[in-house]
Amino acid sequence: MNILASIRIALRALRINKLRSALTMLGIIIGVAAVITMIAVGSGAQQRIEEQIKGLGTNLIILLPGSTTSGGARMGAGSRNTLTEEDAYAIQRDVPAVQAAAPALRGTGQVVGGTANWSTVLYGVTPEYFEARNWVIDQGKGFEPVDVAGSAKVALLGDTVARNLFGDTDPVGQVVRIRKVPFTVIGTLQRKGQSMMGQDQDDVVLMPISTARNRVLGQGAGRLRTVGSVSIKVRDGESMTEAEAEIRSLLRQRHRIQQDREDDFTLRNLSEILATREESSRIMGLLLAAVASVSLLVGGIGIMNIMLVSVTERTREIGLRMAVGARGRDILTQFLVEAITLALIGGLLGIALGLGSSLAIGQFAGWPVTLGIAPVALAVGFAAAIGIFFGFYPARKASRLLPIEALRYE
Amino acid sequence: MPVPLITTRELVKSYALGGFVVQALRGVSLSIDAGEFVAVMGPSGSGKSTFMNLLGCLDAPTSGDYLLAGDKVSGLDSDALASIRNRRIGFVFQSFNLLPRTSALENIALPLLYCGVAADERKRLATARLAEVGLADRGHHHPAQLSGGQQQRVAIARALVNNPVLILADEPTGALDTLTSCEVMALLQQLNAKGMTVVVVTHEHEIAEFAKRVVLFRDGQVVEDHRVENPRDAAALAVELRAAQSPDEARA
Repeated sequence: MNILASIRIALRALRINKLRSALTMLGIIIGVAAVITMIAVGSGAQQRIEEQIKGLGTNLIILLPGSTTSGGARMGAGSRNTLTEEDAYAIQRDVPAVQAAAPALRGTGQVVGGTANWSTVLYGVTPEYFEARNWVIDQGKGFEPVDVAGSAKVALLGDTVARNLFGDTDPVGQVVRIRKVPFTVIGTLQRKGQSMMGQDQDDVVLMPISTARNRVLGQGAGRLRTVGSVSIKVRDGESMTEAEAEIRSLLRQRHRIQQDREDDFTLRNLSEILATREESSRIMGLLLAAVASVSLLVGGIGIMNIMLVSVTERTREIGLRMAVGARGRDILTQFLVEAITLALIGGLLGIALGLGSSLAIGQFAGWPVTLGIAPVALAVGFAAAIGIFFGFYPARKASRLLPIEALRYE
Repeated sequence: MPVPLITTRELVKSYALGGFVVQALRGVSLSIDAGEFVAVMGPSGSGKSTFMNLLGCLDAPTSGDYLLAGDKVSGLDSDALASIRNRRIGFVFQSFNLLPRTSALENIALPLLYCGVAADERKRLATARLAEVGLADRGHHHPAQLSGGQQQRVAIARALVNNPVLILADEPTGALDTLTSCEVMALLQQLNAKGMTVVVVTHEHEIAEFAKRVVLFRDGQVVEDHRVENPRDAAALAVELRAAQSPDEARA
């Protein structure tokens, strides 16, 4: 007896008891729909959380110069001028996992604008810096490479600086004096709020790195093009550890550091936050799996129950089929196919319902929803597995009936 | 001398029923040649149905041998028995045992489903058998839309569909009125005339009169086994009965 004939017999048997079949399927439908909806909404939520954490910079590596030792006293990270702009460009160019490597010079200074003045942190940066540190331009525009090349006197103001100098008026196009050098404000930065350490990240002014070096922070053009730090953003999905290792070996090579000598630079990242993120997505995944498996289990037991009833009800039919030549395995196949058909139809309807409700939730609740092939495939696989698992016992029970007893069954 | 179609040697069947052992058959030795029409008779509890179930490979004997066309059947495993039921034996039951909500044609084709016959061929064979039992126009009717006699004829067509060597009928007329019984028996006689071996279990003497040989069971043993010289012609009797029931129709 072939599978096609079995499927037709199964469909007929399910059609005969339409209401019962539908109610049995309901368990699977709800289970599968729940799995898909939860995975879609859950992974959407997870994605949003990840985006938020990413905003904090978990895929950010900060590269600082090494320490100096002066008269036996070690001066701490950043006290040496071992990093150059060229190092940053080399990292950007030669390490594939790096999305952006932005050199920066840091200083502090008094900024005068309008009728007010404000002391703030000054950064000399390249256009890559915005990408590396996730700065978004609120109003106006960012730097162009030409601004860096020409040491243009243009600046972007952080939200705190803009409000302290200009209040509610638009600072774009205004002139501010930074350490007495006049700059044109070409844009403002979107608010970032406090950092994890409680610092105001918006109390900042950004200007081209060449301008900062030549005109403001006073490190002359003749000096090595040293930088205070390099912000490195690692591409999504790349391993932080591997990226760090590659950067380290590249820099050691560039700085000609021998095997047994220490690095003349320091690499830092926010690995703790990273670990937290990984832990939270693992817990979320476990939670989803637990709820999903419970609902599918309940659906599966429903199928088993109905198949047992069906075997009992159709004992005479089984006896007759055996009397005309059905072997035990023909009967087994028939009932197994019936259970799988029930589970699969339920699974497909569940997928439709799940996709529909995910989209509806996305639409009305404003949740981000991610629909993937994987959860759908998972749900179908699960539905089939449930059909086999919970259909096997009743089917085997049917196949082991003795023909004469099955025929006599009342 | 040709091998008998059915040979049983000292067949014994006992059941354990609530602590007691019931001896349903106490050593039955019988042989039936191809082409015979045998009526197995006896009061209820005589073991005739048990004997029939053993002949039909629906049940296995406790001891003794059963040979079908010279092949030993007792002791085969359940798959081999299923295959014998499928290809060599056709069953007719008292309660017809047709699948409900399933067309006559599909009911007839059921045995073919279990021996790997393609769908087209199944339909062709079933249609041919249905015509043979005179119901060519009822192929798509469900059992509930057919009369008892028609259902039994569909069941006979199902028994015939795989070209068996033996038709076993367990009280085939038990649920039918006299005229319909006659018609069913006429059909079995007609098959027998074409060479089919038929064994009928019945407790009605009127039915046994249609057979060529009557075997009488009592208390699990054969107590009588005789040939019938001139079996009654069921078809002729059916015509008579029909005439008696509705004289006008018969005249017309």
